[in-house]
Amino acid sequence: MLYTALSTLFSHWRHHTGQLAALVMGLALATALWSGVQAINAEARDSYAEAAATLGQDRLSRLTGPNGGDVPLADYIALRRSGYLVSPVISGELRLGEARLRLLGIDPLTAPPEADPPALQDETLDLAAFFTNPGLILMTEETAGGPLPPGLPEIVISDTIPPSAAITDIGTASRLLGQTDPSYLLIAPSQPVGLPPLALATDLHLQPPDSAADIGRLTDSFHLNLTAFGLLSFAVGLFIVHAAIGLAFEQRRATVRTLRALGLPLRTILISFGVELAGLALFSGLIGLILGYAIAAALMPGVAGTLRGLYGAQIPGTLGFDPIWALSALGMTLAGAALAGAQALRRTAALPLLAPANPRAWATASGRAMRRQALVALLLFGAAIGLALWGGSLLSGFATLAALLVGAALILPATLGLILRLASKSVAGALGQWLFADTRQQLPGLSLALMALLLALAANIGVSTMVGSFRGTFVGWLDQRLAAELYVTVADSDEALRLRAFLGDRVDAILPIASVERPLAGRPGEVFGQADHPTFRENWPLLQAQPNAWDDLAAGEGVLINEQLARFADLDLGDALTLAPALTLPIVGVYSDYGNPAAQAILGLNRFTDMFPDAPQTRFALRLPPADVAGLATALREDFGLPTEAVVNQTQIKRFSLQVFEQTFRITGALNVLTLGVAAFALLTSLLTLAGMRLPQLAPVWALGLTRAQLARFELARSLILAALTFVLALPVGLCLAWVLLAVVNVEAFGWRLPMSIFPADWLRLFLLALGAAALAAALPAWRLARMPPTTLLKVFAHER
Amino acid sequence: MDSLLVIENLTKAYGPIDVLKGVSLTLDAGQTLALTGESGSGKSTLLHLIGALDQPDGGSVMLDGVDLAGLDDTGRARIRRDRIGLVFQQFNLIPSLTVSSNIAFQARLSGRHDPEHCAMLARRLGIDALVTRYPEELSGGQQQRVAIARALANRPALILADEPTGNLDEATGDAVLDLLLDLVRETGAALMMVTHSTRLAARLDRRLHLSRGSLTAAAQGA
Repeated sequence: MLYTALSTLFSHWRHHTGQLAALVMGLALATALWSGVQAINAEARDSYAEAAATLGQDRLSRLTGPNGGDVPLADYIALRRSGYLVSPVISGELRLGEARLRLLGIDPLTAPPEADPPALQDETLDLAAFFTNPGLILMTEETAGGPLPPGLPEIVISDTIPPSAAITDIGTASRLLGQTDPSYLLIAPSQPVGLPPLALATDLHLQPPDSAADIGRLTDSFHLNLTAFGLLSFAVGLFIVHAAIGLAFEQRRATVRTLRALGLPLRTILISFGVELAGLALFSGLIGLILGYAIAAALMPGVAGTLRGLYGAQIPGTLGFDPIWALSALGMTLAGAALAGAQALRRTAALPLLAPANPRAWATASGRAMRRQALVALLLFGAAIGLALWGGSLLSGFATLAALLVGAALILPATLGLILRLASKSVAGALGQWLFADTRQQLPGLSLALMALLLALAANIGVSTMVGSFRGTFVGWLDQRLAAELYVTVADSDEALRLRAFLGDRVDAILPIASVERPLAGRPGEVFGQADHPTFRENWPLLQAQPNAWDDLAAGEGVLINEQLARFADLDLGDALTLAPALTLPIVGVYSDYGNPAAQAILGLNRFTDMFPDAPQTRFALRLPPADVAGLATALREDFGLPTEAVVNQTQIKRFSLQVFEQTFRITGALNVLTLGVAAFALLTSLLTLAGMRLPQLAPVWALGLTRAQLARFELARSLILAALTFVLALPVGLCLAWVLLAVVNVEAFGWRLPMSIFPADWLRLFLLALGAAALAAALPAWRLARMPPTTLLKVFAHER
Repeated sequence: MDSLLVIENLTKAYGPIDVLKGVSLTLDAGQTLALTGESGSGKSTLLHLIGALDQPDGGSVMLDGVDLAGLDDTGRARIRRDRIGLVFQQFNLIPSLTVSSNIAFQARLSGRHDPEHCAMLARRLGIDALVTRYPEELSGGQQQRVAIARALANRPALILADEPTGNLDEATGDAVLDLLLDLVRETGAALMMVTHSTRLAARLDRRLHLSRGSLTAAAQGA
């Protein structure tokens, strides 16, 4: 009996292959975008976890200096002499120009077995050479092939090291980083019996094991952002599925009624629909998985670049395959199909045996439903406003976005209906009146596709406004921040001295760039020493400052902090900030510091040198007349002997920074385009499915004196009108979206707030794109109508007899 | 007097099926003609060819001296718009427009919209109280009256009615036909009506019977 029901119902698809294709494509696209994003997220998170595990950071407690700083060597020695099993680690970053290498120096002799990196367990590794000067350094082949700082010992290739990172002996790391104190001490899980607890034996700070590495936390917002986009795309895809399933169910109402009249139980029919839906979902899900993998693989290099540029997180640019990912994506497809089909199943279950089979019931949803939707939308808008004003977290920021977008989508049909009603009343001509009135009548059938289009357009406007605002601010900020003409890096202090002598009076000013990594307000951070010079006083991008900020800074009596530190730690002007155990200073200014995830503080150079005498001063900003830049750069390379990458001019740095910036938002742009494509596809499928049902309304108009070509042009015009109106309504939604992104999500995720700019030229481009998408979607049904034989139109009159 | 409609040796086939096999007839202005025949005899096809809705395979349809077979799509649309009024069995009103807009639609398309004429038709047909309603809010009989008003609003030369009462009960059908015939006579239009009913056919000036694509010999001469 089930087979009979199933085969009867399934025969519908043989005559509606386009509808079947729309259903399969909708589910496949929804699955593809969702699973693609999930694959990227999973790959990145695996990389973070692998990095943490490889470097032994995630399984052991550790001791750090007060405020999270370095551990004084004497403290380490004292603990070892007392019998405690602790192992020193020196961690830091080597930089030269664009080359960055995260270095981890370990002591294999004292390291607990749990922290022993797998790379050191390789039997072919010459451990004696590893321990002794000049030592060995372990990294992946990819890292070794990239730009590397000079002065590294012999490189040994190991596949178990994270990208752009290296492991070496602690002595080698100490020499390369110019650091004698351990960054932290790893604590063996089992300590000798009889010793008092470590917490009582030392003033050092005890940190418990942390399975979620810092970088994982930092990048959470980025992955949440991607997930939100994936979910949006999935929802847009489900609109297509919902439309296709709804139509198919409605078209089979007569069949269902007949089957039931012939004695087939409703339960069997519902099971048949369920089996059919599950089968289609699995088939489409498999296609979606393949597409999703392809999308993820294509986007992965961009994502890797983004994470590197924005957070300094290192993940490979390639993609692995995880069966769990595939299964969860298929599960999501099944759940999505069930969600999209639930309404149709419910309607079938509630269908009275003698109900008339009305194939247009699906398309003629009542105005009451629209009004209900509008009411829910207003409630959601209220919730969005409340969340934006009083939410105060990243999650509430995304909840604001969700409420705003869903509300806008729900209120769209009612708003369009109102506009079209007014338009049909205000136009004079019969055809114009008919066009608007008929368009209004098509709204229920097209509303899902138009909602999808609205979501895609609003997301596009919102994100491009956010990115554009960011770009404008960022470029202005770069101009301020990179005021010096030339930036030079030398190998060590001796070379720095020689450089100063070499430069002599060839430059107007030599401004050292000195920094140390220090925790700030309990977060990983960096403290810079800055010389007192008009370059900074005149250009530095201060968001707020006390009247004598620069004087206080120069005198070592105040500190500047970046915006993200001020926001995260809730610090304000005048608040005290501890930079080192013996150094707490008031905050005299807050500066913008876009693109940097970490906390940062600036100290007057003299005070900095006093407090951190070991901090290498190997980087310099040089002020000189712009006309002399090229000559000096050549002289530094050819006469002084600096490597090419050690001399970088301002233009190069700006170009590199902008490249990082563009890379950062490439993934977002790609997802935007994909979402818009899916929305256009939703519109196409809706128009195609409606086209067949429209004939009874179009045939009389044709019979009354219009040509088929005229009708086709009207059909095209109808799509353009709807797309244009949808765009007009998407514009304020997109701008609200941008505001939430800039004023709520960015602040919570990155710690900086940006002024919002508007880009009418971008809107115009998107408007034309939306019209183009609508025209493309309507082109096929319109072309079919224009070429339709009169006999097909005449069948409308014959069929109804 | 030249005939309004002159059909000569009209043929039409759908695939291997010859639907019309050399049909010829004439219809003068102001005349009413009933076309009867069994299902599948070609009545509707003949009506569609006369109404410039379809093209014949052979022969000619001359309406007011214009050979419809020689017109392109635009020309046929203009003829339908300007010269012909159509009444369908299923009414085929435009669901998105109100009754008044439906009545005026074709007249406005052809630029001959006369609000007073439309109002008179609505009054005569007894639907003047319904002009702000939408078709779905009307009964079948009311919808057919709107369709008749629409067909006549344009002051066409020829009204083509395809089973106009086929979807109505007998009493309503009779009432609707009475109104149609009255108004056709008042406006001076010619009427060709397809019907299964010999009773209704008897009320028109002439009757033709179509059987298997050909007018019967007796009817040909009628």
